Amino acid sequence: MPLFSVSNIQIKSVAACVPSQTEDNQSFELLNETERNLFIKTIGIRYRRIVESGITAADLCTKAANAILTNNNLNREDIQVLIFVSQTPDYLIPFTACIIQDKLGLSKNCMAFDINLGCSGYVYGLSIIGALLQNMPGAKGLLLVGDCSSTCISMQDKSVAPLFSDAGSATLLEYKEGEQMHFHLQTDGKEFDDIIISDGGMKHPFVSDSLLYKEIAIGQVRNNLHMKLDGMKIFNFALREVPGNVAQLLEYSALPKDQIDKAYFHQANLLMNERVRIKIGLPEEKVPYTLYDYGNTSSASIPLTLCAYPIQSQNVLLSGFGVGLSWGSALVNLNEADILPILTY
Amino acid sequence: MEIALFIENFKDCFNETAADSINENTIFRDLEEWNSMMALIIIAMIDAEFGKVLTADNIRESKTVKDLFNCIATQ
Repeated sequence: MPLFSVSNIQIKSVAACVPSQTEDNQSFELLNETERNLFIKTIGIRYRRIVESGITAADLCTKAANAILTNNNLNREDIQVLIFVSQTPDYLIPFTACIIQDKLGLSKNCMAFDINLGCSGYVYGLSIIGALLQNMPGAKGLLLVGDCSSTCISMQDKSVAPLFSDAGSATLLEYKEGEQMHFHLQTDGKEFDDIIISDGGMKHPFVSDSLLYKEIAIGQVRNNLHMKLDGMKIFNFALREVPGNVAQLLEYSALPKDQIDKAYFHQANLLMNERVRIKIGLPEEKVPYTLYDYGNTSSASIPLTLCAYPIQSQNVLLSGFGVGLSWGSALVNLNEADILPILTY
Repeated sequence: MEIALFIENFKDCFNETAADSINENTIFRDLEEWNSMMALIIIAMIDAEFGKVLTADNIRESKTVKDLFNCIATQ
């Protein structure tokens, strides 16, 4: 069972960046007024941030990383690990982390690589960069996590378009004796097509038919380069898997539930997240949301919510769940974390 | 588990549909208020009130309110 701890690594700083352009779901024309009101009340999303053409998740993450580097007056030579977690890379080849390494002016003595994960990506990313850094005393690492999902959704698809929003983040981690982070990471690839863009990869390469728009149902028009999401399956998945995942993590780390100071969930949708919160048994005031103002920002939603509701505290629960299907939770110490206000691109 | 209780909870999920227009034989997809968000609300209600799981396939294969009830009654 992938329950494990990372030792001697501290989260030092977190920053998040969103595009300035805002879309209002009250103006989303594929839903009538009654449906729009129900959507905002139930799913919890009013506003979405959308990048201008040509701006990518890497750009948002780079801005967040620069803010951390400047704010902490860091020597860029000291960053020895750079990981970019995203499903919306700049190119198919090469990986995006190498481009960011250059943009940030990091040295050649820095390992850099991408990870393709979505909603669970922040938690997975923390575990991977932590596991690397714990064997590199004195080193610092940057975990960049973000997605511009708006670039791969159909605005004619009411099942997806009013949900997704763009954001990027950066997290600085460094070696510190005595620190511990605990993780519980899981996967169920049987349902890999519950959230999928079917064409454009190597299994179904781009062909002219990939661009053909199809009406799946009323108000659901998309092509094979657009994201498809089975909301009902994802809903049941989260209710089925996430509470148990968190319970096992708490048992492993011997932390009583009532000692969790704050819990930051992937911001999927309010109805689902609230059921997950209640099933875990966490009080409302310990679980902040950014859904109303920022929508579902995929992999960036946990660090974005941290920046919207910063905390300096020892027992912080993080939990991400979604595409893959993949899910994971972490217990981290943010006592000395410098959490920056949300930046705008 | 009583179907009457299930139907009462089902009715409570709707805001604009007259409660007396819903019974066990109601074809839920024909309700004007029915949409994909209502499906999620029903799934959440069943989880909260009955501790049961109504799957996406259950909803797709069901026609009436009673069909939905039958999906979870035997769990």
